[in-house]
Amino acid sequence: MSELNRPLIKNGAVVEDQWQVLREVPEQGLPEGAVIVPLAYWQEHRAELVQREAIGVWLASDQPPAALAEDLPKLAVVAIDFPAFTDGRGFSYGRALREHYRYQGEVRAIGQFLQDQLHYLRRCGFDAFALETADPFKALSSLEVFSEGYQASIDQPLPLFRRRAYI
Amino acid sequence: MYRYDDYDQRLIEERVRQFRGQVERFSAGELTPQQFLPLRLQNGLYKQRLAYMLRIAIPYGTLAARQLRKLAEISRRYDKGYGHFSTRQNMQLNWPELHDVPDILAELASVQMHAIQTSGNCIRNTTADHFSGVAFDEVEDARPYCEIIRQWSTFHPEFAFLPRKFKIAVCGSAQDRAAIHVHDIGIEIVRNDRGETGFKIMPGGGLGRTPVIAETICDFLPKQHLLTYLEAILRVYNQLGRRDNKFKARIKILVRAMGIDAFRARVEEEWKVLKDGPNTLTEEAIAHAKSFFQSPSYSALDDSAAEATLAREVAGNSAFARWLKHNTARHKQPGYAIVTLSLKQTGFAPGDATAEQMEAVADLSERYGFGEIRVSHHQNLVLPDIRKEDLPALWRELTAIGFATPNIGFLTDIICCPGGDYCSLANAKSIPVAEAIQRRFDDIDYVYDLGELDLNISGCMNACGHHHVGHIGILGVDKKGEEFYQVSLGGNQGKDASLGQILGPSFSQAEVPEVIATVLQTYVDQRTEEENFLDTFRRIGLEPFKERVYVRA
Repeated sequence: MSELNRPLIKNGAVVEDQWQVLREVPEQGLPEGAVIVPLAYWQEHRAELVQREAIGVWLASDQPPAALAEDLPKLAVVAIDFPAFTDGRGFSYGRALREHYRYQGEVRAIGQFLQDQLHYLRRCGFDAFALETADPFKALSSLEVFSEGYQASIDQPLPLFRRRAYI
Repeated sequence: MYRYDDYDQRLIEERVRQFRGQVERFSAGELTPQQFLPLRLQNGLYKQRLAYMLRIAIPYGTLAARQLRKLAEISRRYDKGYGHFSTRQNMQLNWPELHDVPDILAELASVQMHAIQTSGNCIRNTTADHFSGVAFDEVEDARPYCEIIRQWSTFHPEFAFLPRKFKIAVCGSAQDRAAIHVHDIGIEIVRNDRGETGFKIMPGGGLGRTPVIAETICDFLPKQHLLTYLEAILRVYNQLGRRDNKFKARIKILVRAMGIDAFRARVEEEWKVLKDGPNTLTEEAIAHAKSFFQSPSYSALDDSAAEATLAREVAGNSAFARWLKHNTARHKQPGYAIVTLSLKQTGFAPGDATAEQMEAVADLSERYGFGEIRVSHHQNLVLPDIRKEDLPALWRELTAIGFATPNIGFLTDIICCPGGDYCSLANAKSIPVAEAIQRRFDDIDYVYDLGELDLNISGCMNACGHHHVGHIGILGVDKKGEEFYQVSLGGNQGKDASLGQILGPSFSQAEVPEVIATVLQTYVDQRTEEENFLDTFRRIGLEPFKERVYVRA
């Protein structure tokens, strides 16, 4: 595995993660620094959390981003959890964040997704990947397995049929 | 035929490279079998009872001669010299080696073919009426829209990990030849009062454990909205479809649970965001897709002269007469016919073709047609553009390769899944049952007397053999480790689709042919002159059949 303490694939490179994902919030409260908290915790402590310098929220796979619709401007990161790589709901959530809510912050994949899903995740608007199931350095190439896509997507808003040169 | 441009070609070649890398990682232990599973499935690679099975996509059932030759070559070089045409218009190889599969995919890519998304919980190969473009009763050719859907669904980044598999079928004719009512989405090309063509959208149909006839969500969708509307349906399904139980994960369960009106409301809400967005089809995109499916350069033929020639041939040749009557269909172009090749010769697994047969068909398609072949969901092949005057010669050639059994649409034209001989999901064998029925009813005149009849066999609840929509359906079941067969009656796949009703307790394999004989005799005894099996069943119901069959016991 990588030599970095907490490696994160961000904007096409492996970097040291500045954020801490709190799957559960410890009883003694939040640690220092940039943290990503569960949705329920955010909803309960919104008023105090917005005082922090940097705050993010993670969504479970059954928590669509509509729950954060009003809060997005306050969040630097929205993380979406993949409890299993076969649970593809998060792909739709990524698109909704970008296309529907016009969210500009970091959209991060966390959990059990695979290297082989990086490309599709990126096309659905994810720009950060806390990859646990493979070496992130080796996985980087999977971001770009396809040089083209047929569909409209976050990285290419025009579908191929609008870009082809018709004779 | 659609022809790839540089974009299409580059994408499938990149896919081959990606899969080669995945096979290497799996072989090196970097991917667990569980992690490799969905990756290989999305390239059509299953593990069966004895070997891997590779399912090759034949988009909307259309093949060029050189593609069929390539399939023959691959089946000979990497497999045992035969392939199986499936009910979803794909071709399956039963014995490939894992380490050969990347090479097979590269071979396929060289003729603009692939195995992308032929399995897995993603949008599968889009199927179509196998007579698309040549049918006389067509509103519009389904293939350009199928190609548009093929491209949209290929590597769709959002919908590669759906709750369950997702199958779309399109039909553009008065008669439904694509079983659109039993697909996750059925699409019918329709014309409105103003003479415009658009789509009737029917989600939530399906076979399997819980068979459901699709309901209509939209009566007339203007063409340009096709992809945004499909995307809205898929997005609702991806988020709300059940993921806790694979038997309740298909869209049909979601539509039923929500009710069609609530489901429609949710789709419309999602559609509001997508409608008129960049995925809205342009006139140019539709015209471009259509440009690949223009009619070939038909000759202006004298239809009545051709008919006269055929009449002379028929007079002295009863075998040809039978074939002509049953294995050819009316073509939109005067002087031409659509020819169905029966892959249902007794003694051969339904839907199977050898490499030699595939090559012969490729040759015939070029000599007598325009080098195009279709695959039907009935597991037969079709030569779509044959001059009527050539039919006698073609019939002789088809007879020589075993593809001229004159049984299209009749009892022995059985739809049959590979079953327990190959498939690891099957509860029971299905191929031997099909053969036993074909042998029991070897009197073709009796078979004709029975009239049109769909007999469909599935080796398990997954219903690959479409048993629910056979006029007679046979389902393999497991009873304490033994193979038994449940019979259902009254299913139908057409526009007035219906699901079969179970006759009663199941039978042993040996009993099946006689049970079918009793069912058929009951029908013969009860029918009126005009009725086919389905009509009689719908009039008299299940009881009379039940009484006759179970009184024997």
